[in-house]
Amino acid sequence: MSSNVASGPHDSANQKAVYVFEAPVRLWHWLHTLSFLVLAVTGYLIANPLPALNGEASDHFLMGNIRMIHFIAAYVFAIGFAVRIYWALVGNRFAREIFYLPFWRGAWWKGLFYELRFYSFLTRKQHKTLGHNPLAQMAMFLFNTLGTVFMIVSGFALYGEGLGTDSWADRLFGWVIPLLGGSEATHNWHNMIMWVMIMFVIIHIYMAVRADIISRESSVSTIIGGWRMFKDDQP
Amino acid sequence: MSIQQTFYEAMREHGITRRSFLKFCSLTAAGLGMGPEFAGKIAHALETKPRTPVIWLHGLECTCCTESFIRSGHPLAADVILSMISLDYDDTIMAAAGHQAEEILEQTVEKYDGNFILACEGNPPLNEDGMYCIQAGKPYIEKLRHMADHCKAIIAWGSCASWGCVQAAKPNPTRAVPIHKVITDKPIIKVPGCPPIAEVMTGVITYMLTFDRFPELDRQGRPKMFYSQRLHDKCYRRPHFDAGQFVERFDDEGARKGYCLYKVGCKGPTTYNACSTVEWNGGLSWPVKSGHGCLGCAEDNFWDRGSFYSAVTNLNVPGGVEATADKVGAVLAGAAAVGVAAHAAASVISHTKDSNKGDSSHE
Repeated sequence: MSSNVASGPHDSANQKAVYVFEAPVRLWHWLHTLSFLVLAVTGYLIANPLPALNGEASDHFLMGNIRMIHFIAAYVFAIGFAVRIYWALVGNRFAREIFYLPFWRGAWWKGLFYELRFYSFLTRKQHKTLGHNPLAQMAMFLFNTLGTVFMIVSGFALYGEGLGTDSWADRLFGWVIPLLGGSEATHNWHNMIMWVMIMFVIIHIYMAVRADIISRESSVSTIIGGWRMFKDDQP
Repeated sequence: MSIQQTFYEAMREHGITRRSFLKFCSLTAAGLGMGPEFAGKIAHALETKPRTPVIWLHGLECTCCTESFIRSGHPLAADVILSMISLDYDDTIMAAAGHQAEEILEQTVEKYDGNFILACEGNPPLNEDGMYCIQAGKPYIEKLRHMADHCKAIIAWGSCASWGCVQAAKPNPTRAVPIHKVITDKPIIKVPGCPPIAEVMTGVITYMLTFDRFPELDRQGRPKMFYSQRLHDKCYRRPHFDAGQFVERFDDEGARKGYCLYKVGCKGPTTYNACSTVEWNGGLSWPVKSGHGCLGCAEDNFWDRGSFYSAVTNLNVPGGVEATADKVGAVLAGAAAVGVAAHAAASVISHTKDSNKGDSSHE
């Protein structure tokens, strides 16, 4: 969205780098990644446990530990997301991008179709992007933001089943279980959305690396250092 | 019987001694998880309150709820409950039949209008104007609606009345629906299970008749005292689950040692019922104790969730997709990986072509 570039705090026409992702956003990104990875692996093992162990039950606590790691990672995931929402309110404009879709803006739709054409090799011309391009913003919002919200809400609902009726998790999130069709269906949807998010992660990593190599701006280093660097001076 | 007759008088009339009556009161208080002082409260209530008649209707069902109910292992329960609730109408176990039986319904409506409890076993089919269940020449749905109009409260016995159960499973040719889908203006308590545990049934009905109100219900209308925990939460095999000791096949060493049945499809972790504490047949056994996983019969739609023998079951997406999340997910992730690889290859080719042409992709 080149129209936003000039209106931003930095005039990119004369600038090679823009500070895009502030430290809390970068820190959250990596905490989110790490906790999601742990959650996905332990979650898969809860649904499909490892081969049975022998000996006395009191000698082992394998499932118990896997579930404990899942719950700890879930707290990191959820609290991290809550802090990230706070930062969307107080951070720079790029911190807000993943929380909404500006569907009321014609330019955004134009940009979205442009990106679709670009990634289908129908056009060669590349737009310069500071934050997320409309296609990236849409994928990020639908799969990461909404996916994360769903996983946190359904996850705490399931956690509340173990904590018991009238526990804080049951009181806050227990309503989800009848809504999704019962405990078993909630488990299954919690599992399904994990896979949807894994699919997102695969495409997300590919897009980031691809953009870093052949787009006009930096991508992978931006989520590490925060600065968006441009490879040319043209608008 | 006059409306003034108390439960106690009705029980004495049926030959229950005072000693048995008091024993029943204390056992019921314990069964409902109440403190010792409640035995006296129950006795007092039963001695002073006029008995409430119960009309027990049968829709589309298999009678397993009645079969379970009359086998209550709770000491004295079968006798005491049956005389106490004075089932004025239950076409399965009443002596009257035909016109004589149907007359009782009208008499009850006249005499106890708005003051009797309607216990519903089974559910009404709505297709073809309800003709899949005809009683006394009329569709059952009409009988249900008529009696519901005049009752005080409704007990939905079993998974049929609570959720729909097998006759409402796909494709549900008779369009059988649970009671709460057709009766919306009366309080309904759900006592699911296929069948519900006898002691749960007698406990619920005793509570209602004694205290003249429903016990505390959960979000889905089930009594919390029996349905607030999953079988898994109180399962005696839970230590094996936490340890990671599972039955992998029904003929393996783990099965002989009584390991956790989760991997062979036990639905205990997702099923709310009292099986693992109250057990069945007077505390003799229950499914997991007998070496087979729970089928989840007290849960909504349990017939349509796919295998009873796998831990991860079908998603049931509207539109008819029947696959597990793991299968759909593996396809999604695989497709993403293949798509990414193809797109990367195309990108390389496209980029190389552009470079060869000397055409900067930047403009």
